[in-house]
Amino acid sequence: MTATLVPQMQTSRESIVLPPPQLSAVAIEKAYRKGSHQVPVLRGVDITLRKGELVSIIGQSGSGKSTLLHLIGLLDTPDVGEVLLDGQRIDDLPARTRDEIRNRVFGFVFQFYHLLPELNLMENVLSPLMIRHSVWSYWQRRREFQDRAKEILQKVGLSHRLTHRPSELSGGEMQRAAIARSLVARPDVLLADEPTGNLDAGTGQEIIDLLHKLNDQEQLTILMVTHDPLIAEQAHRTVKLCEGRIQLVKEAA
Amino acid sequence: MYKLLLCTRYLRTRYIALASIISVTLGVATMIVVNSVMAGFGSEMRDRIKGILADIVVETNTLDGVDGYLAHKALIEKVAGGYIAGMTPTVEIYGMLSFQYAGQWVTRPVTLIGIDPESKAEVGPLVDYLQSYQPEREDGKVIRPAERTRDVKPGWALTESAAKYRREWAERQRWFLEQLREEQAQHQGLSERPTGNAAASGNPFDEDLPADDLMLEPTEPGALLPGRIYIGAGLISYLDEDEATGKPRTIMTARPGDDVKISTVTAGRPPEPAHFNATIVDVFKSGMSEYDSSLIFCNLEYLQQIRGMVQPVSGDRAITSIQIKLKDYRDADEVVDRLRAAFPPGMYTIRTWEQKQGPLLAAVDVESAILNVLLFLIITVAGFGILAIFFMIVVEKTRDIGILKALGASSRGVMSIFLSYGLSLGLVGSGAGTIAGLLFVAYINEIETLITKLTGHKVFDERIYYFPSIPTHVNPWMVAWVSFGAIVIAVLASILPARRAAALQPVRALRYE
Repeated sequence: MTATLVPQMQTSRESIVLPPPQLSAVAIEKAYRKGSHQVPVLRGVDITLRKGELVSIIGQSGSGKSTLLHLIGLLDTPDVGEVLLDGQRIDDLPARTRDEIRNRVFGFVFQFYHLLPELNLMENVLSPLMIRHSVWSYWQRRREFQDRAKEILQKVGLSHRLTHRPSELSGGEMQRAAIARSLVARPDVLLADEPTGNLDAGTGQEIIDLLHKLNDQEQLTILMVTHDPLIAEQAHRTVKLCEGRIQLVKEAA
Repeated sequence: MYKLLLCTRYLRTRYIALASIISVTLGVATMIVVNSVMAGFGSEMRDRIKGILADIVVETNTLDGVDGYLAHKALIEKVAGGYIAGMTPTVEIYGMLSFQYAGQWVTRPVTLIGIDPESKAEVGPLVDYLQSYQPEREDGKVIRPAERTRDVKPGWALTESAAKYRREWAERQRWFLEQLREEQAQHQGLSERPTGNAAASGNPFDEDLPADDLMLEPTEPGALLPGRIYIGAGLISYLDEDEATGKPRTIMTARPGDDVKISTVTAGRPPEPAHFNATIVDVFKSGMSEYDSSLIFCNLEYLQQIRGMVQPVSGDRAITSIQIKLKDYRDADEVVDRLRAAFPPGMYTIRTWEQKQGPLLAAVDVESAILNVLLFLIITVAGFGILAIFFMIVVEKTRDIGILKALGASSRGVMSIFLSYGLSLGLVGSGAGTIAGLLFVAYINEIETLITKLTGHKVFDERIYYFPSIPTHVNPWMVAWVSFGAIVIAVLASILPARRAAALQPVRALRYE
């Protein structure tokens, strides 16, 4: 499978040098316990992401696409299989290290935005940095962090909403704020779980455009889960999941 | 950093949690108020008991007493002279007080204590209790300044106003007697006895007197009897309610300058009844109703004479106890040990005032300990309230906890959010409770007045407690312990919900929509 994958970004066709996979999931299996019997969700899934790729996972509800995303993002541990980051296995690391990796390597964007209602927009965006740093070191570098957050908010077009609470924002604005939050920690990989699932088509497209812009300009690796084929098509590569297995991998035109 | 921010945000936005700590606040406030008032009553009571008793009391085991106060004094000084600030000999005996009021004879059981006022005043705050040294107050205002200043040593003389009252009384009596005699003389046609003969000699008891009136008659108008007493205020007064205003007022049934009869027994076997008349020189009020309604301080020499405690040959006088004041009360146990070693066992009881009043003081201590346990249970109940509400908050915040974990927060970080939330709720609760409690204590008498006014029912009855106002004593350590305990309980109550929050799987937390 990997041999056929030449990322779109690597436009220089002359030298076909495959960059090493940045992130990969190998033979992932996961079952959830429901009452007395196990419900298998993933039954052996392999997926590889290279630096700067934008890959979308598509599939019906219950096909296990969100679970796969969670497993790759270390929000959960697979029953069988491995998650590799730059060739190193990361899924079996101790909890503290996995927390650290989540904070530094991954940025998450969720369908329901998941902003903290008690914090204003600026604080929400800064929260990964607050989690990373102790009170003292955060306090020392707060100017730098605030400037970084403002810059990112400007990039997602929210610089006029800094002190608003999430409840005062529209859905599109909240999702842009969530993207800003995921970017502030300068992640290597952005994991987006149906980022447009709760938005109307127009706003959803704005979000997708924003993700594409980030992918183009900053070489940000993005793994996106969606159930909308139109959105999935815009990715470099589309992986279709069906009943816990990869059914189809489609390269973008 | 996020822990601090979220913790303060939760504190500001979750009013339901603030409601849960109101019970902590109330518990802390109640504990502080109750403890302060109990400590106030306790220390007032201790002061008063101590005022009557002195630091250490050496008592003979017999009411007949032992001879040789000076020898005892020398022995005590030899054994523990360095610790001792003052000493006074006393004779204690039970007796009966009788006096006439409103045409009736009033009789009361009393404890007679023969004292030497000057040395007694060195041992305890006698002067503080004598009425002639106190300004007279009514409704908190001084209506008559003190008749004696504190540099006048207490003695057995009447104050000027009392002496004047006694002279007038004697004058009136003489006039009545003369009237009576004139009538008699007119009746019989001749005067049989010259006036004033009845009380010509110094001791009225040697006389065969025809009537009480005559017996009480002094040699010259206003002269005092040889028996002099300070009488407990409770013996010669009662509280009554003014019918017009409803205010309590004290009604005196006898006053300084009046004479009373006292009956007691002599020393020796078998004891013989002994009676004497005495002039009230002063009234004392210690505030301990038990003492004020049973104690009579008498002049020591006269009591010894009446009780036959004077050796006919040597003139040595017997005493029943010696009261000792220490320079530093903390040495009391040491001094008691030394004295016990020095005095022959079996004949004397040597105790500190606390040991002498042991059961009473122990009862008060037990009472306050039980009360503290009960009140602390209330705070514990409040702790369970916090527990329940925290569980609710954790359930409500499940999604947020998932987000925080997705963003890289560790389980310990999430746990510490809720622990510090519990800590800050505890701080706020016990802080507010401490302030409320201290304010309540500071304004307790104003509050009492207000409640009395609102309900029309007297909350704090002076007639029962003998205090003009509610005494309070704030012990800073008690306040510190109470608030600390409340904080600990709040933190303990938040441990379980915090652990639950920490154990939440981020995926499961995020799944709920």
